[in-house]
Amino acid sequence: MDYAAILALQICSAVASLVLISLGLAVIFGMMRVINLAHGEFLMLGGYAAITAYNNGVNLWLAMLIVAPLTVGLFGIVVERLIIRHLYGRLIDTMLATWGLSLAMIGFVTVVFGNTVSGISAPLGSLTIGAYRTGAYEVFLVLVAAVLLVAGWAVLRFTRLGLIARGTMQNAAMAAALGVSPSLVYAVTFGVGAALSGLVGGLLAPLSGVVPTIGAAYIAKAFITVISGGAAILSGTAIASGLLGTINTAMTFAFTPVLGEVALLAAAVILLRILPQGITGRFFQRSL
Amino acid sequence: MPIRRRRLLTSAAAGLGAASVGPFVIRDLRAQDVLKIAGIHDTSGGLDIYGKQMVATMDLAVSEINAKGGLLGKQVKLINYDPQSNIQFYTQYATEAATKEKVAVVHGGITSASREAIRPLLKRFNTLYFYNTLYEGGVCDRNIFCTGSTPAQTVEKLMSYVMKKWGKKVYTIAADYNYGQITAKWIKKYTQDNGGEVVATDFFPLDVTDFGPTIKKIQAAKPDLILAPLVGAAHISFYRQWAAAGMNKQIPLASTTFGNEVVITSPEEHNGIHVVFGYLEGINTPENKAFVETIHTKYNIPHMTELAAMTYHGVHLWAEGVRKANSIDRMKVIEALESGLTFAGPAGKTTLDAKTHHNILDVYIGEAKDKKFVVLEKFPVQTPADTAAVCDLKKNPNDNKQYVIDVKT
Repeated sequence: MDYAAILALQICSAVASLVLISLGLAVIFGMMRVINLAHGEFLMLGGYAAITAYNNGVNLWLAMLIVAPLTVGLFGIVVERLIIRHLYGRLIDTMLATWGLSLAMIGFVTVVFGNTVSGISAPLGSLTIGAYRTGAYEVFLVLVAAVLLVAGWAVLRFTRLGLIARGTMQNAAMAAALGVSPSLVYAVTFGVGAALSGLVGGLLAPLSGVVPTIGAAYIAKAFITVISGGAAILSGTAIASGLLGTINTAMTFAFTPVLGEVALLAAAVILLRILPQGITGRFFQRSL
Repeated sequence: MPIRRRRLLTSAAAGLGAASVGPFVIRDLRAQDVLKIAGIHDTSGGLDIYGKQMVATMDLAVSEINAKGGLLGKQVKLINYDPQSNIQFYTQYATEAATKEKVAVVHGGITSASREAIRPLLKRFNTLYFYNTLYEGGVCDRNIFCTGSTPAQTVEKLMSYVMKKWGKKVYTIAADYNYGQITAKWIKKYTQDNGGEVVATDFFPLDVTDFGPTIKKIQAAKPDLILAPLVGAAHISFYRQWAAAGMNKQIPLASTTFGNEVVITSPEEHNGIHVVFGYLEGINTPENKAFVETIHTKYNIPHMTELAAMTYHGVHLWAEGVRKANSIDRMKVIEALESGLTFAGPAGKTTLDAKTHHNILDVYIGEAKDKKFVVLEKFPVQTPADTAAVCDLKKNPNDNKQYVIDVKT
């Protein structure tokens, strides 16, 4: 019984971790069709922002929940204004540009912080479930993932801001004719996506530590999740994370962590063979 | 970039010159009152935390030798190369050190991959080579001396110590490349030799940062202790997540690799972890205390591992060899080093073994405590039994390869 509970918790945790690392990418890719190859480095920057703020005396929660998203969000807006906005509609060019950006960010952060690992201890202590123990912080991250999904859905579905954003993504010319400034919407969307990445980077810092090259550990999984999810940003990401996270955890428990990773990749390949447009390309097409 | 290209051109030109004029003329022209030696250590890139401390101890050893009047009446000049954690630069700099600078000896290489990149090259250029890192064992080549510890020296002691202390059921979590794979086999062998059992072994690629599932698997397996030959920056998250789950108070953990991690993790995360190395900063001798003090203050290195201490020993052992041979001629120095030369330093007394060209050294079991290692027990004069099982350079002086030691379990 304890074992079942802990297994369920681990699956939730794996799903949440996929949701978290892909959400920022999903917003930028799903809404703007910009492939942000610097996504991993946005996460890395969030981690450094949180750790630097914490080391300078800022409360850990403020550092992770406020400083990290704010820093990376502002950075994202600057990047959008300077680089991305010149490249809308040019998929390959944006990939190249953001890849260059990712290399530059790794180089810059290495120069400033050195190529060594920095980290902070996870807050909240541990939880006991029967004979098993787990970090309470892991449970907190599951809650954060759920809150972010629900909040994102509520904003897109119920607010004027969400309506404008969806309208612009669907047909920018029509939105402009109705008095919306698409370039402003794009800049804000990119900033929000970057801020989400920053937030997650900050939240993951106590678990994994940060090193300038840590982005590489996240980027592949984030892309696989977003592409498997398909057109709908939130439900696609959630469904794909749920599927891939469950497969990964089940295989890890049954066999080894390496096989867990292999199973995740294999599942994504099969999924895209059957559903080239991603899960929400076929099912739940009208979801967000 | 232009500097590098120029360096390459000059070294190529020097090589061409040497080929056309003949090596003797060149050597005579270059005969100076300094004796050049080279260090190739990564002081930037992912391995810099190790490279920087190795450069510091090498510099200290050289300045001590020079303060005592140098070698053969000449001052020793240390040329440092930084291959930036990039194998390609290793071969380039080793070539430059051997051909352009004509150094008497090259010390360096951190990973086994970097060693295997320059070892054949230095043999071809007839340049003596010292590799001062702990590694998986098995290198058999008369041109190289390996001063670091190998698994038979360390894992054997650690397993019998921790199994006596904690119990017989072992769970191994190891890095997924040759070091981790081979060390996991040694752990299994010595666990069985001590009447215990390895209940599971999990391997992790070097970029894995999420250990959540494994931590739960370990709890389900209920081992008495964990053996963790984990490697690199990403794997540090294991120790953090292990502590965050409160497991560090439930199941004790020992590691063959937990070294500089003690600086990065917090005391709550690492207190109680047992390690085994050929050197620990906590060694309680006057020589070591002075050594640690100098490296901390003069070189500003916060923490030293076995790699740094053995680099220091390696340079001094080489100097002893030169003094005994009264020459820097490669074969004469090798023969002098094979005569059972010893150097007593911060890591204790180390002796080069003629048969394997590995180091006979003292092994220390330590415990992490508040960002330091406390020595729990010392095992003097440990021989490199693993390499000795496959390598005998007395019998086969022309041997030149790294054997994969077959661990029988």
